[in-house]
Parts: sequence; structure tokens; C-alpha cells
Amino acid sequence: MVNKAVIKKDISQANTTRTHAKGTRKKDKDAYLGKLKRNRQLLILFAPVLIYYIIFHYLPMIGILVAFKDFKGFSNITEFLTQNWVGFKWFKEFFSSIYFYRLMRNTFLISLYSTIWGFPIPIIFALLLNETKNEVFKKFVQTVSYLPYFISTVVVVGILFNFLSPSGGVINIILEKLGREPIHFMMSREWFRTVYIVSGIWQGFGFSSIIYIAALSDVDPSLYEAAEIDGAGKWRKIINVSIPSILPTIIILLILSLGQMMNVGFEKIILMYNPSTYEVADVIQTYVYRAGIVNAQFSFASAVGLFNSVVNFLLLITVNKISKKTSEISLW
Amino acid sequence: MIKETNKIINAIIYIILASLAFITLYPFIYVLSMSISSVNEVMKQNILLLPKGFSIESYKIVFKNKMFWQSYYNTIWYTVVGTTINVIMTIIAAYPLSKKRFIHRDFFMLMISFTMFFGGGLIPMYILVSALGMYNTRWAIIIPGAVSAWYIIIGRTFFQSIPESLEESAIIDGASDYRILMQIYLPLSKAILAVLVLFHAVGHWNSFFSAMIFLSDGSKQPLQIYLRRILIELSSEMQRNLPGSSFERAAYGIQLKYSSIIVTILPIICIYPFLQKHFVKGVMIGSIKG
Repeated sequence: MVNKAVIKKDISQANTTRTHAKGTRKKDKDAYLGKLKRNRQLLILFAPVLIYYIIFHYLPMIGILVAFKDFKGFSNITEFLTQNWVGFKWFKEFFSSIYFYRLMRNTFLISLYSTIWGFPIPIIFALLLNETKNEVFKKFVQTVSYLPYFISTVVVVGILFNFLSPSGGVINIILEKLGREPIHFMMSREWFRTVYIVSGIWQGFGFSSIIYIAALSDVDPSLYEAAEIDGAGKWRKIINVSIPSILPTIIILLILSLGQMMNVGFEKIILMYNPSTYEVADVIQTYVYRAGIVNAQFSFASAVGLFNSVVNFLLLITVNKISKKTSEISLW
Repeated sequence: MIKETNKIINAIIYIILASLAFITLYPFIYVLSMSISSVNEVMKQNILLLPKGFSIESYKIVFKNKMFWQSYYNTIWYTVVGTTINVIMTIIAAYPLSKKRFIHRDFFMLMISFTMFFGGGLIPMYILVSALGMYNTRWAIIIPGAVSAWYIIIGRTFFQSIPESLEESAIIDGASDYRILMQIYLPLSKAILAVLVLFHAVGHWNSFFSAMIFLSDGSKQPLQIYLRRILIELSSEMQRNLPGSSFERAAYGIQLKYSSIIVTILPIICIYPFLQKHFVKGVMIGSIKG
């Protein structure tokens, strides 16, 4: 026998709870609005940047859809969204073209050799610099080493063209004085990669070494003293103290550079390459530029570009996961 | 025994470093020498390091070119306006993001950081800029790159290093967020502002790709595009307008390239000592974030 009074109490209790729930929901909403109000100035400050990111970074992500359509320009949004969908047609076309293998190979090889040659040099440079006691000399060499970094790509490539010119370029003048034939470097497939990488090292080694120099200056001097007491000479000290101390820095930077593998400096390549060297110089981004902007094949180029972005992204995540597992050092 | 080996290793290290310094400097010295040598020596291909003879004729030719001045003006415009926008945008993003009380802070942080790892790509950006009516305008050069996630993070890290107690006492005194930013944080931010200004200014000065894809009008083109035509595309019409015999024209054509390079990198070299002091700091702040 259920007591009517109990039921009434239950119902009224339920009503109160509902009112309380509504009440707390309203309280939450008020609290939120209050917080918004307190943050008003910060939000106003931040707003232009927010708008910028939405328009120039997230809106283009919708533009990725172009890769799945046959883009022919549009006059309004609905037309843009409903226009000819072609699915993975462009991707299939790209993967089955001769370009696919060539671009991947070029990107990979240029990245690989750039890293193999370019990654250790700033480290070695920092280690050597760290061993010099003469402050004036040290400062001078350091200052000189960063100088090329601030020179524009156009100037660097311009200097390259001049130095390597078969008629009157310094390098060829020296070659001739040594009794050899002048080489037309910028037109040569064999030399392209070397020229690209060497000039890249020239331009970047000083700047890249800054982090290592900073890390080395943080090393506890007592470690060196201890090594010396154990009878270590300069060489031993470098191997057993300096290098292990900056190993974490080295690994993080190595991860970052591996994650950038697909991002070969395409602006420089665009300035350097020409039809004779396309075969080794063409990388994915340069192809996207030529196909998309020069030849206006928007959809096709978008597809290739999207492929590039996705692979890049996956590469970064993978490299990071591997590093986390093996050395507990990672980006996040 | 170890002392001797140490001495030898020391000597080797100094030699290697000195050689590296020389190799790094050599192209600059060569370009400068070629630009101020006399024309005859240039043609004889005699110059390897130091200038032979003296002539500033090629500089005069560079300065006579109207396109040169137009491009120089454009680059200065892009650098000044672009950098101003960059710095303002970076600060107004970094400051709120550095405050724990900023509503939806983590979401905004994620939204911005994500763009460092993934983006729409070149073609969608190109289509967007055209659709916005910015194609072939000056804005196409400075708006798409208005602010960079990397520098926002650096700015944020810097602001977070300023002691909260300063802010707390200001809040007690009733100061608004604007005032706290303008009167407390900014005066303390000279170092980070220097880093932002210098990095962005150099970036604008040296940039060419945006101009290459977004500008079709010669009158808006920056210095780097002008240089590109002289140095890389080897335009021969300029050579036809040069003074002297055909021999001299060829020689000036070559020398003109070197003089143009010098004139373009001169501002960078001039502010370089200043640059140096601050960007080492910048890299440090940036790497701490990593």
C-alpha cells in the first residue's frame, strides 16, 4: 500500500530537484557569461588573430575539397560545394604517372642526403667552437658563421649561378687553372643535389649551431674537471662529456628534422632548377607549383599537395611515437 | 704526453675553424671585389679574391634604373607594414594566451598549434587569395602571412615568465587588461619585441615567393623579384641599354649583377651586429619551448 503522502513527497522532491537542476544549469550559464564578461578585453585583443586563423588557415582546409572535384572556378559557395565531384580520380592519376616515383625519389634522396651531411656539421662546429678558449676568435667565427643565414634565397642562388657559370664563374676558373674542363653545374643532373646540399649547409650551419652552442655552455664544468682527473685529454673529454651532455638536444632536433623530410626547400629549388635538371630536382612541392599555379590544373595540384600534407603529418606523428618509445624524448 | 696531444688537437681545431670562417666569408668578399673592380679586369677573369683596379661605374648603372628604385621602395613598404602587422598580431595573441584565466585558452592554443603541422596547401591558399580579391594587390603579400604560430608560442612563453605578482597588484589597483598589457608587460618586453621585429623584418626583406605567385604587376614587385630577373633569369634587354662598346656592355652586364647583390644585402649587413645580439636570445627562448 503506497502512501499518497509519500508519493506526493516524492513528486514534490522530484520537482525541487528539477528546479535545482534548472537552477544549477542557469547558474552554470550565468557563471559562463560572467567569465566571458571578465575576459572581454582579452577576447577583443585576441579576436583579429582568431579571425585570421579561421580565414587563412582553416578555410583553406575546406579548400582541400578541391582535390576531389574538377575545379573550374565558382561564383558562390553552393556552386563550390556541389560542383563536379570526381572522388579519387586525381590521386589515381598521380599515383600511376611517371611523376609519382620520380617526385618521391627526389624528395626522399634530397632530404636524406641533406640530413646525412647537413645534420652533423652544426654539431661538430659547436663542439669545436666550445673547445676554443680565445674569446675574440670564438666570437668572430660565430658571427661570421651566421651571416649567410640572413641572406635571401634569391641572392644565394644568384651567387651560385655566378660562381658556377661555365664562362667566368670562379669555380670553373679554378678548374681551368688546374687543367680541367669547365663544368656546367647548374645544367647538370649529376651535380644538382650536391650543389643544393652544399649551398644549404653553407647557409644554415651557423644558425643551426646556436642551439648546440647554448646547450654546451650549460654543461657543468665539474664534469670536465672530473674527466681530467681521470686522465682524459681534449679528445676524450669531447667524446665522454660534451657529446653525451647534448645528446637530448641532438635527438629532439633530429626528430624535428625527420618530421620535416617531405618539406624539402622548394622555393630554392624553383630558383635553381630548369628543364635539364627537372628529373632530379623536381620535388612534390615544385610540381604542385608548376601544375597548379603555372598550368592552372587546380584540382590535380591540390590532390598532390594534399597527399604531401597528409604524408608529412603522418611522418611527424610516427617519428614522434618511435622516439617516445625508444628514448622517452618526444615533442609532446 | 697528453699536454702535447692537446696542443696539437688545439691547433687543428683553430685551423679548421679559421678555414670554415674563410669559406663562409669568401663569397661575400668575392662579390664585393667583383663589383668594385675595373671593367677590364672583370672581363679578364682575373679576380679571385681581392679587387683589381677600381670602378663604381656598375653601381651608377644600377642606380640609374628606375625599376630598381621602384622595387626598393616596394620592399621597404612590405617590410615596414608587414613587420608592424606581424608584431601587433603576435602580441595580441600571445598576451591573452599567456593568462591562465583566459577563457577557452587550451582550445585556442590547440587551434593555433595545429596549423604548424597541417595546412590546406598551396593551391587552396592561392584560390582563397584570388577569391578574396587580393590577387595582384600589396595585401596579398602581407596578409596571408600576418602571424605565425611559432612566434605566438615564443611570445606566450616570454609573457609567462613575467612574475604574476606584478599583474596581481595591478588588478588590485583596478587596472584593466589593456592597461596591464600596455603599461606593465610591454615595457618589460623590449627583448622579445626586438626579436619579433628583427626576424620578421629580415623575413620580409628576403621574401620572394608570395610576390612570385600573387603579383602580376611589375610596379608592385619587391627587390628580390627584381634581383631574380637580373641574377637568374638573365634578362638580356638590360644589357642592351648599357653604355660603351659591346665588350664593355658584356662586362657591365656581369658586374651589374654583383653590384645589385651588394646593394640588396647592404641593409641586412648594416643591422647585422644589432641583429646578432637579439636573435641568439630569440632562438634560446624558442628552444626552451621545445
